Parts: sequence; structure tokens; C-alpha cells
Amino acid sequence: MNDMSRVEREVDTNEIKLECRDCQVYYGDTHAIKDVNVDIEDKTVTAFIGPSGCGKSTFLRCLNRMNDTIDVARVEGSFRLDGEDIYDKRVDPVQLRAKVGMVFQKPNPFPKSIYDNVAYGPRIHGLAKNKAELDEIVEKSLRRGAIWNEVKDRLDAPGTGLSGGQQQRLCIARAVATEPEVLLMDEPCSALDPIATAQVEELIDELRSQYSVVIVTHSMQQAARVSQKTAFFHLGNLVEFGETGQIFTNPVDPRTESYITGRIG
Amino acid sequence: MTDASMQTPETGRHSVSLTATDAHTRKRANAEKRFRAYGIAAIATGLFFLVVLFTSILSEGIPAFKRTVISVDFTLTEAQRTEAEGELFKTKAYSNLFIAALKSELDERGLNVAVDEAAIERLLGKVGGTIRTFYSDNPDKIGEPVAFDLTASSRVDGYFKGRVSRDTMQDSRFLQKSDLDLVDALEEAGIVKQAFNWPFITGADSGVDNPGGAGIGASVVGSFFMMLVVLGLSLPIGVAASIYLEEFAPQNRFTDLIEVNISNLAAVPSIVFGILGLAVFIQFMHLPQSAPLVGGLVLTLMTLPTIIISTRASLKAVPPSIRDAALGVGASKMQAVFHHVLPLAAPGILTGTIIGLAQALGETAPLLLIGMVGFVARGYPDGFLAGFTEPNSAMPAQIYTWAARADVGFYEKAWGGIIILLIFLLSMNIIAIILRRRFERRW
Ligand SMILES: Nc1ncnc2c1ncn2[C@@H]1O[C@H](COP(=O)(O)OP(=O)(O)O)[C@@H](O)[C@H]1O
Ligand SMILES: [Mg+2]
Repeated sequence: MNDMSRVEREVDTNEIKLECRDCQVYYGDTHAIKDVNVDIEDKTVTAFIGPSGCGKSTFLRCLNRMNDTIDVARVEGSFRLDGEDIYDKRVDPVQLRAKVGMVFQKPNPFPKSIYDNVAYGPRIHGLAKNKAELDEIVEKSLRRGAIWNEVKDRLDAPGTGLSGGQQQRLCIARAVATEPEVLLMDEPCSALDPIATAQVEELIDELRSQYSVVIVTHSMQQAARVSQKTAFFHLGNLVEFGETGQIFTNPVDPRTESYITGRIG
Repeated sequence: MTDASMQTPETGRHSVSLTATDAHTRKRANAEKRFRAYGIAAIATGLFFLVVLFTSILSEGIPAFKRTVISVDFTLTEAQRTEAEGELFKTKAYSNLFIAALKSELDERGLNVAVDEAAIERLLGKVGGTIRTFYSDNPDKIGEPVAFDLTASSRVDGYFKGRVSRDTMQDSRFLQKSDLDLVDALEEAGIVKQAFNWPFITGADSGVDNPGGAGIGASVVGSFFMMLVVLGLSLPIGVAASIYLEEFAPQNRFTDLIEVNISNLAAVPSIVFGILGLAVFIQFMHLPQSAPLVGGLVLTLMTLPTIIISTRASLKAVPPSIRDAALGVGASKMQAVFHHVLPLAAPGILTGTIIGLAQALGETAPLLLIGMVGFVARGYPDGFLAGFTEPNSAMPAQIYTWAARADVGFYEKAWGGIIILLIFLLSMNIIAIILRRRFERRW
């Protein structure tokens, strides 16, 4: 737990990027998220931790309206991205998702070439005027995804042919290619081996300089290593939210303490 | 644990040797052996019936691809032609010339049989007309020897194929017992030969009296136009309906009802679609009877559920993570479907479509009701559009028509038609398999 001292040193307050107030999510009759209030800061890694089934993914999916694709899901409350309500009727979820990118638990590259995987987002959003610009975006994104050196000679190879860790970094590159402001990651390392996990964690730390990153993880060590803020969910409630160092060393709520010490979860 | 403890109650399993099989293990091994034997027996039975089916189809159907030809060398001089053209009954004059040539050929080989005009007509049809047409089309052949390959009548063909024999045959206007002496003489002279029956493959149906002239070509064309209609309508409609139901439609009672109904439609007997087609397309919409267009419409109704079901299955098989990935980078739902899901589902959709088409190709019952059975397809449609609207038959309907005719000569035609139909069906299935292999993606 050496990392924790480092995290403590880096604590500083950034401006608020995403402000969530009184959020409720229902799946049919199930009340999956109850009265959650969270402020996601800019240029910060925020970790969501909690036992499985407590609603971490559900809440994360509210932030880019991915829950819209689930018929039975109903979202209430206010979610403000830079002060604008993302659930406003005039907001097109498609545009929102370009601004709030997402990386999923299981690496899910398209069964297309590495190049096309990254170029797809910029193409559909019209971010490049010509092939040269698109090439540039692809290279920049792959570099940010810390995978450029491994794939630069085989951009035409299928993305599905890469190893698990490479696939996940490709997915991160794909997500940053649309120039998002917030990056949501749902257990991005749970399908990866320790070495690939370390690579992705390093990458997350680098991404913090430009993006606001929200990461769901069930590894407390990971939360401690990569995040500055941590939110602990339990049974749909946000139990505790604060500086990562404080949550792990000096939790206020007894439930947080018992989860961290391994008594629940 | 129980059996082990029964053998060695104190020490448990550890003392039992691995090489000594206990009763329980033996029982399980025997059960497994029996099950394997059942499986092999089932497959063997299936294979046996398949072999029986194929040998009977081939042995009955192959003769349809052979025809008996009477090959006569014949020379027409300019003088003979002028003389024949001057006669009142011109074809009769040509016919007499031909008979004379045939007679001299037989005489040359020392075969002395009576060759009278009526017998020749029974054996070879109107020979005079055939010869006259040939020379008016090819006047440059006058004066040279020409080998005429004349198709023997169906009864004569049957005599060589064993369908007709001296003992069983009855004198009729088609063939008389005395004609068989002439046939035997012709065979002895080596004038009779067996040739490949091209007219069966390329030709059109003949009248009920003339099984020898019947061909399946016109109804292959009819089937082709029907399949064009089925493909052109059921693929886009079926795929659009499936995409909507699978990807866009909300899950509620109404869509559940539609889903149940589609599955039920797939199980509706095809004759029901036939009577629906008769009522709607012919009696209400006044589309032409016996037309491939109507047949195609009816078969489209029948094929749609098959295509919808297989398309939905292949859409379901595309992992949801692909949709999430596309939506996650800001693709709209439609972009996610058309850029990512549909290409991945395409092989499955194509396979389902081909199987649906193959089913439709072999379907007979609905065609009974819209007048495509019993219709004598005597020619090819003139032009592409006419192919849809001109009355025609279809392969299975043609086979049914032949099988129902009284003249036994049509029997082998029906079997031959089945061989052609099976060739089409097998090639469609092979295409489906190749497509599936070629485009299958693993993720
Ligand atoms: N698509 C869904 N339909 C219905 N209930 C769901 C759905 N997704 C999640 N849930 C329920 O919501 C709760 C929270 O799930 P989730 O957000 O996936 O938890 P976590 O990611 O923290 O493990 C669980 O009780 C789960 O059963
Ligand atoms: Mg989850």
C-alpha cells in the first residue's frame, strides 16, 4: 500500500465536469440506483467501487445515456455536463456519446482492421476532412492508447487478432479518437492478465492529463493505484465519496470499512 | 461414494485399484456402448433409405436422358426435289423418297421387311415434313449425302428401354405388332442408336400423346422467374422486418404477438398459401393465371417466415458487445446495425435465404391452386418481362403433371424431372454451405 501516500500527495481540486444530483435508476420495478449525488471532476480519475451487483455499471451507463438502449431502464435525476443537462429532450444521445466515450469490460474491437476500428468514430462524426487527416487522427489515438508501436506495421490486420491487453488498449484508442471529454471505463482490466493490467493502468494515469476518467473496478488495489477520487456503492446507494487516500485509510462509514477490509463484497 | 464404501468400508476409495472395474463403472460403460450402437444404427438406417432413394431415382430417371434415334443416310438430288415440289402432296413425296432410301439401305444388308408409309409414320412421325423443312433451310446440302437423326416415337423408345414388349403390347394408332419386325430389322441393320436426350433438357412440354417430345426446359425457365420474384420480394421484406423486430421494436405484447404469428406462419401448410394466392392475386387482383409472377408472390408469402426466422437468429447471434462498441463511440442505432451488425449477420441471412428459396423451388401444392399444374408449357416466354406474366409451369408442377398423365412414357420423364430438380436443389444447398464457410467470422 505504498501507492497510497503518492495518491495523497496529488490531491488537488479541479473544476467539476459532471454533476449528478438525486439520481435514480429503475429496471422495471427494481430500484437499482437510489439518490446518488456525485461530482466528477475534470482531469481526475474517479473510481467506482463496491460489491458486485451494487449498481456501479448502471450508474456509469447513466453518464453517457447507454441505459437508453435498455428498454426496461428508467433514469431520473439531474446529470449536468459542463452545466448542461444531458437528459434534456434536445440532447442527441449520439452526440453525447462522442463527448463521453466508453470502454467496456470485455475488449470489444470491431471485427475489422485496426485502422478501421480507430477511424470509425471520426468517420461517422465527420472529424476528418480527408484521408491524411484521418491517418493523423488514427496515429494520434493509437499513440494515446499506448499501442502505436505495437501495431504501426500492421494497421490492416484485424483488431480481433490482437492479444487481450492490446485489444483493450485498441478500444481505449478507439474511444479517444472521437475527442471525448469524459472517458468511462467499466472494469477495463477484469479480462486482462497482470501485465496487460499494469499497461492499461499506466495509460489511465496518462489520460488524466487531458480527460476526466471514470473507472469502475472491483479491485481495491487498482482503485487505490489509479484514482484520485473514489465512490463506494452498496446496494444501489452511494455510501461514501471522497479522496481516494481518505476512503482507503480513514473511511467514515462502517460499511466502507468492512468492504475495504474484506468483510463484505 | 456409496459403492466404494461398500467394498472397503473402513479405508474408503483409496484402497480400490484403478485397474479393477467395479460393477457400477461396468454398467455405465455398457450403457455408453449401447447408446453408441443405437446412434450408429440410426445413422445406418438413414443412409440405407438415402441410398435406396437415390438408386431408385437414378435407375428410373436416367432413361429419360436417353432417346432412341434412327439414323439414315439420305441424298436428295436436284431433280428429285423439283419433282417433289411439283406434286400435290409435297411432304408425302418426300416421305416416299425417304422410305425408298431406307428400304434400299435395308436391302443392301439383306434384310427383307415391308416398309410401308403408315408404319414409318408410327415409328418416326411426319418424316416428309422434317426432310422438306431441312432442305428448304439448307438448300446447299442438295446432292450431298446427309445423315438424318430422327427421334423414334415414344413406343419404339419404350421397346428398346423394355417398357414395351411384343407380348404385352396392344395394337394401337401409336404402334402395331407388325411394326416391331421393321424395328428389329432396323436395329439389325445398325440404323438405330441411343443418343443423349437434349430436347428433354431444353425443350418444352408436349401433348398428352407424345411423351417422347416432352422437355423440362420451359418449366425450368418458369421456376427461374418465380425464384426471381421470391428473391426480389422476400429478401428485402424479410430482412427489413427482422431488423426492425430484432433491433428497433419495443418489447411489448404487440411485438410478442407478431413474433408468435411469424413462427406460426412458418408452420402453415403451403396449400393454404395457395388458396390465399388464388383468392387474393387472381380472383381479387386479376393477375394472370398460371403466371410465374403469381406463383412467385404465393411462394414469397411462404418463404418470408423462413427468412425472417433465420435472419433474426443470425442477428441475435451477433454479440451485443459489438452493438455497445458502436454506440459507445457515438454511432446511431441505425449506423450500429448497418455498419456492424448486418455485415456480421450476412452469411447467416444468405444461408437462410438460399434454404428458403430451395424450399420454394420444390414446392408444388400452392401451384396446384393457381393453375401452374396441368398447364402445358409448349414454349419459352418471349422476352424477359413476358417471363413473369406469360403462363408457364414450374419444375415440380411439371413433374406432377407428367406423373399424372396416362401414357407410361411420361413416367420416366417425371423421374428425369426429379433428377433435374434435385440437381438444382443440391447446388443451392452447396452454395449455402460455401457461403457459410467462406464468410463465417469468429470473434
Ligand atoms: N439490463 C438489466 N435489466 C434488469 N436489471 C438489471 C439490468 N442490468 C443490471 N440490472 C440489475 O441492476 C443491479 C445493478 O447491476 P450492475 O449495475 O450491473 O451492478 P455492478 O456493475 O455494480 O456489478 C443488479 O441488481 C442487476 O441485477
Ligand atoms: Mg458491472
